[in-house]
Formats: sequence, C-alpha cells, structure tokens
Amino acid sequence: MRRLAELLQSKQISSTEIVRGCLERIEETEPVLNAFITVDEEGALAQAAAADRRRAAGEPLSPWDGIPLAVKDNISTSGLRTTCASRFLRNYTPIFDATVVERVKRAGLPIVGKTNLDEFAMGSSTEYSAFGVTKNPHDPLRVAGGSSGGSAAAVAAEQVPWSLGTDTGGSIRQPASFCGVVGLKPSYGRVSRYGAVALAPSLDQVGTLARKVEDAAILFSLIAGADPRDAVSAGAPGFPVPVWDDTVVRGLRVGVPEEFFSSGLNEEVEKAVKRALQNLADQGAVLQPISLPTNEYAIDTYLTLVTAEASSCLARFDGVRYGERVEAADANTMFAKSRGAGFGHEVKRRIMLGTYVLSASHYEAYYEQAQKVRTLIKQDVARAFQEVDVIVTPTTPTTAFKIGEKRNPLEMYLSDLYTATANLSGVCALSLPCGVDSQGLPIGLQIIGDHFGEELVFQVAHAVEESVGRGTGSEV
Amino acid sequence: MKYDIVIGLEIHVALLTESKFLCSCATAFGAPPNTQCCPVCLGLPGALPLVNEQAVEYAVRAGLALNCEINHFSRFDRKNYFYPDLPKAYQITQDVFPICTNGYLEYYIDDVLRRTTITRLHLEEEAGKLVHSSGSIVDSEYSLVDYNRAGIPLIEIVTAPDITSPRQARLFLEQLRLLMLYMGVSDTKMEEGSLRCDANISLKPAGSTVLGTKVEIKNLNSFRALERALEYEAARQSRVLEQGGEIKQESRTWDERSGRTLSMRSKGDAPDYRIFPEPDLPPLRLEPDWVFRIRETLPERPLERLHRLEESYGLSRYESTFLVNYADFCQVFLELAEEGEDNTDLANLLMGDYARLAREQGHLEPQRLAGLLQILQEGLITHNQGKAVLEELFKSPLSAREIVKEKGWEVLKDPAQLKGVVQQVLTANSELVERYRGGEEKLWGFFVGQVMRTVQGKADPQMVNELLKGELTQKS
Repeated sequence: MRRLAELLQSKQISSTEIVRGCLERIEETEPVLNAFITVDEEGALAQAAAADRRRAAGEPLSPWDGIPLAVKDNISTSGLRTTCASRFLRNYTPIFDATVVERVKRAGLPIVGKTNLDEFAMGSSTEYSAFGVTKNPHDPLRVAGGSSGGSAAAVAAEQVPWSLGTDTGGSIRQPASFCGVVGLKPSYGRVSRYGAVALAPSLDQVGTLARKVEDAAILFSLIAGADPRDAVSAGAPGFPVPVWDDTVVRGLRVGVPEEFFSSGLNEEVEKAVKRALQNLADQGAVLQPISLPTNEYAIDTYLTLVTAEASSCLARFDGVRYGERVEAADANTMFAKSRGAGFGHEVKRRIMLGTYVLSASHYEAYYEQAQKVRTLIKQDVARAFQEVDVIVTPTTPTTAFKIGEKRNPLEMYLSDLYTATANLSGVCALSLPCGVDSQGLPIGLQIIGDHFGEELVFQVAHAVEESVGRGTGSEV
Repeated sequence: MKYDIVIGLEIHVALLTESKFLCSCATAFGAPPNTQCCPVCLGLPGALPLVNEQAVEYAVRAGLALNCEINHFSRFDRKNYFYPDLPKAYQITQDVFPICTNGYLEYYIDDVLRRTTITRLHLEEEAGKLVHSSGSIVDSEYSLVDYNRAGIPLIEIVTAPDITSPRQARLFLEQLRLLMLYMGVSDTKMEEGSLRCDANISLKPAGSTVLGTKVEIKNLNSFRALERALEYEAARQSRVLEQGGEIKQESRTWDERSGRTLSMRSKGDAPDYRIFPEPDLPPLRLEPDWVFRIRETLPERPLERLHRLEESYGLSRYESTFLVNYADFCQVFLELAEEGEDNTDLANLLMGDYARLAREQGHLEPQRLAGLLQILQEGLITHNQGKAVLEELFKSPLSAREIVKEKGWEVLKDPAQLKGVVQQVLTANSELVERYRGGEEKLWGFFVGQVMRTVQGKADPQMVNELLKGELTQKS
C-alpha cells in the first residue's frame, strides 16, 4: 500500500484509476465470487474524484487518501444501504456512518461497496446470506469462510486492496485464513463498535483485512482509538503504524498451546503451522508449550453468550420503525410475521437458543454458568500472558470446506474452535497465511496477543510473513 | 374478621435533565412528535447508548435526599420485551445492582411523624408514547408512535411494604413528590406522566405476621386515584376473603370512571423479561468525592424547611405546611420574612388574596410585595385598601406607594379633618343620633359606614371609632 500511496503522491496514478480498476475487477469476478451485496460505483467514483482533487491541490487527507476499500455490510454507511445480508434489512439505508466508516472517510478512502456475510454475522461460511453464497477465490466450489466472507474474498481476489470486517468469534480470522489473506481481530474496546450492527456486544470488534500484514496495520491505524460514542472503547489508545523490526522475534516467548494441536486438526494445517513456528524458532524465538485447558469449553461458552446477546440485540427488528414489515391486525402478530418473514433459519435458530438460555428457568444453568466459564477462560489467557509474549496457533482446524458440506450447525460452530477464545478473553488476534495444502488452499496461522498488544502481534506477523515469503496476490 | 392493610409503592420519576439518559437528544415536553430523536433513542441498528452524567447525578441527589446508601458500584441490565413504544425491544435498567439502596422517607400524618423504608432506587430509560387514532387502543384503526419521550431518564423508587392505609400511601407520595421537586430533579407532574405510581396491596388478618397475596394496581394518574383505588381494592379483597375466597396474584388497572379496579393479567401471564447485564455499558463506578460534593450541595428538604419555618419564623404548622407545599410562595416568603420575628401577617397575606392572584397571574417580584407590606405597616393605607393595592400591583408596573398616591388612597391621618367629617355625618343624622343615645346601639355601625363612605374608605377604622365615640358620648 505504501507503493500505491507513493504512486498517488507522485501522480503516476489517480484514485479514479484505482477505483476504476477495482470496479473492472469486480465486474469480471463477481459473477463467480458474489463477494458484494452492494457495489456503489457512482459513490466510489465521486469519492475518488474528490480524492484526486485534494491530491491536485496538494491537500490529501492522509497518505492513503484515494485508496479504496470495501466494508462489510453490517457496518452502517450513511446513505448506502446496509442489509446485514438479511431480507429484513434489504431496503434499509442508515442515516449515519459507523465511527470506523467516518474515520476511513476522514482519511480519504473511497468506499467501493458493501460485502457479503452470513446474515447478521451468524455463521462461518457466508452460506447463510439472503444474498447468496460467497465463493472462495481459490476454489469457487468452496466457501470463503465467514461471517466476513465477502470482505476476505474481495481482498483475496484483488477486487479491493483492503476491507473492514467484524469478528465476534472468528468472523475475520477464519475467512482470512480460508482466503489466504491477513485479518486482524483487535482487542475488545480498541476500535469503536458504534454503527456496527451488534451480534453480541460483549464480543464484537471491527477489524481489518488486507493482503499484507503492513496493509492490515495501516488500515487498523486509521480506525483504532477511543470513541466517545462507544462506552467500552473509553481509554483505548490509537495505533501508529509500526516501524518494522524483525529482530523482535529474537528472544520472543511464543506460547504453543497443546490444546490447539490435538484431535480434529488437519495434518497439513498442523504441518504448515509447525513449520512457521520452527521458522520463528530459527530466528531466535523461544517456543514454549503452554496449556489453555478451558479452551475445551470455549465453543459452548461462546455459543451460549452469543445467542443470548443476539436474541436481545436482534429484538429491535420488529417492523415498527424500519425494515420489512408484514402488516397484521395487532402489534404482536405484526412483530411475529415481520420477523418470521425477514429472518433466515440460522438467525431464528440462534434467537430461539438465546431466548431459551436467558429465560428465567434456565438463566442460571446456561447464561450465568457461561459467564463463569468465561471468567475462567479469561484467567487462563491472562495466566498464559504472564509466561509468554504471544500465542501461536492454527487459525482453523481445516482449510476451506466445500459449499454445502457442513449441514449440521454444530459442525459449523466448530469452525470457531481456535478463534473464539480471543473474543471471550478480549485479547487481540491476527490470522495470516502460512502456506497452502495439497489442493492449493491457503492455511492460516493465528497470532494471539495480549489486550492492546496489537503492535507486537503485527511485528511478529510481519516476521512470519517475511519468512514464509508469501502473502498471496499482489497489489492492484 | 378484621384485616391489616399492607401497601408497597413503586414510583417512577422522570428526571428533568437537559438531554436524554443515553443520548444527547432534548427532553422538552410537548414538542412536535418525533422531533427529539436520534439513532440511539430510535434503536437504529448499530447505535450505542452512553450514560448521561447529569442523570446519574440527579439519581444520586434523589437517593441522598431519601437517606439511601449510594452504591459506588452499580450495573445496567437489559429487560427484554416487545412493544411498539420500546425502540430496542429492551429497556436499559438496573436490576441486580441498583445505584441506591436502603433509605427512608419521613412525613407527617396528622402531626405524627412517620417513616417509610425505601428499598431501592435505580436508573432506567423511559419508553416512547403510543397515540391511538381514535383515542383508545381498543377501537383504533391504527396507532402512531412518538419517540420524543423514549430514552428520557427515569428513577424507579420502590418502598418496603410498610404502608398501612390508603391515606398514608397518598401522604407518602405527596411528600415524595415534594422532595423530588425540592431536589430539582423532576417537575413531578402526574398529569404529564413525569411522576407515576404503581401500588401493591394485600390484606392479612389483624396482627398476623404472614403476608397475604398481593395485587398490583396500575394506571394511578393522581394522588386521589391512588387513595381511591387502594380503598376500593382493600374493600374488594376484604369482601373476597370474608366470603371464603382467595386473592389471585395479578395486575389490576384503576378505572377512574367506574371507580373500580379491573383485572389486567394474572401472574401466570407475566412476561419473562430475560434480564441480563447490559453489554454495551460498563458498570457505573462513582467516585466517593463526587458523591460527597453532591451531598454537600444537596438542597434543603421539605421537612427540614417545615421545621425551620416553625422554629425560626414563628409560623404555625398550618402556615408552614402551606408554604412548604408551594415552594414558590415559600421563596417569596423567605425573601421578605425576618428570622426570629413573628411573620404571621406576611404568611397570611401570601396565603390569602395574594395566593389567589398569583395563581392566576404569576408571582410579583418580592420587592414589590415588600413595598405593600411596608406601607401597610406604616399605616399609610388600611388593610382593606391593601387588597385593592394588591390587585393593582398585579395590573400596573407602579410600586405600591405610587399606586396609593396616584389613586389618592392615603388614609386620612389628620384627626381634625376626620373629626369634621364625623361631626358632619352626625349633624346630618341628628334624629338617628337621638335614637342611638336612647339606647339603639346597633346604629353604631351605620354611623361608621356613613363616615367611611364619605371618605371613600380612606380612614383608619380605629380612628373613626375613637372619634365617633368621642362625639357621641360628649354630647350626652
């Protein structure tokens, strides 16, 4: 991206040209990929033209002024429809920008469009979208992962240089892993959630996807930092783009949790991750076996909390103020019919589960119990970070699976097996490619850092990227 | 059988903050529908709440006034239910950890000081308002929703069940209203809904310690409604019990027209609110210093003022109560009264004609009223003339002294001049004078009247009496 910025600065390329390039690439690849729900050609070109005028006047808003991005369609964009991949919101246009959108706009980044996702970010494959499945650019018979499947695929297929996603249990890292790109789930509270449509507020974070570690860091630097509109972001520091120093690896204590390398882990994935770990060790890192015993309960805990919070967060979609309303004789019937018609199966399943675990007679057994386990998971992770600087794991147990392969929801939920822990404990985590399997499908490596430890995570990721010698794809 | 009545109250007080509880929208009453709304209070997707510090301050002020413990840690919870006036389909409230607990309120019942325990006081948000097309929900073709009110901060105050009569309940509520008014936290208008009260009532055999089944009464829109509804309900329950029946635990609504409570819903139909901790807001932590400052600047409480008026200004309970109940009159009083003196005249003036005129036309500047008191004390005018001057003060910008001068209302102070008038009257009625002297003493009033009429009421009645006495006895 630095190269692109230089080209823009030296007027060898214009923002309009870049955006046109993106739009052409989208036109060419979308029929197969379906990464976007909405492509805002007109808006993106207008923003590019404005960026070019600023450049011409010598007043760029930032070094990245004019470099376009895509935004996951559960992040509010003023005047640009935001559907959350739901029938219910297919005609909903926000009247305000999410804070992250406001911030990238302030840096001059044109928004090319809104990317596909599992409806309301509930899923791990982008199959549960009311706007069709997003295909994996490496194999269109396979899923792109999810829920930020569109944002990952668009970056991997070079439709856009970078994108924004959201991550509640792995929704940035898992598709990044499946599509062979870099994806960051920031520490809880580091990025404002204002305007990102909530799935589970105690776990949700907005993060970045790009083809290079540095680019993910640059985009992150534009959105990080406290926002007075999100109470849980109070006190969050901003994020300057790091000066890369691969010597940080020397003496670095890398935790390798045994629970993440046990049954269920695909052999090829294990091999690639271990090779990357060996590379780190070769550069002077100290690999330290650690144990996160509570990770066994992470998925159950995650599902209990996420469904509970989601059942409450999605209750506002009642047909009264916005969204699709099905008329009925009385209010309660109108609510039921509107929600019945507007929501897909997975959303309904999770709402019912969440309603159940919060109900008076089951609250203690499920929701309260899950909160207690969450505390234990947090303590586990905190204890680990007293001994190590980062934790390295596979991002997912397998590479991208086939579309339609996972029909059992419980099987699908296991996709988050290695990622949910970071959300439950609030720490940051990044996935980057560390190789391909025998079918040429990307394998993702996850680097987990302590709370607000993004700088170190990026440094380590940068070192891994250098040693792996690949980040798939090139710049537009 | 004789029964003891057991009553507990739940009071909602709308706080008079400049902006709403969780967003910065205005709170003015009576604005055109849906003109005081934003993404947050409309529950738009992605919008997040932020706690208004002023609302917290007001809640603490109310809690301190009610002698509560102020909890330095409190937490917000979500109470989930569907209703068109509830934008997020959940209410942000405080369930498990309220901001204030364990206080009391003191008030008089027939000169006996009583105390009612306040179990808890917590912060929550107000819902919007439904406007039914035909005025009633039952036969309306459609309903509209006004969200101006949605998100206004409320405090809910819950008493222990230690109120033992409908009248006591009313006196408690009146004192509570006054207290909130004195604390400046609410305008406490029952008719505008800024003060609302639900009552729980049960009966138990006289002297028994076992509580009976309670019934909740809603829709109590005035102090009178509260007392009447409780009286009705106590009688109804007593009747049911006398006939060997059982009281059903239920919610009943007060029907003002028929003067009865009507069953709304039984306990079994009560919704499951699925309350859980609000993930969008961190817990509320109060600095002890901050609470201390509020405590230090707490306004005088009505009961404290009542005692002060009695002890320092020589007023009776009756006069003090009037002034305490009408804080605006009290303000005028305190501005003009002198500590340690007998201020009965001033109090009586305020409670009499002044009260009538001020309620119609608003208060006079205290200094103009002081001018009237001054000339009354000087004897420049009579008390009767004082009334006329008071009327003029409400109409004209002139001072009391200027009014008297302009109207020529000064009392005839020259005894010689008045004596002339008296003699003139007696001479003109010599026949009656004879009859008076002959023992027809009731004619005295006639002579006084004639003198007063001649001088257009501008004479000091005392002086007239003395002069008449002198003239009539002299010649006998």
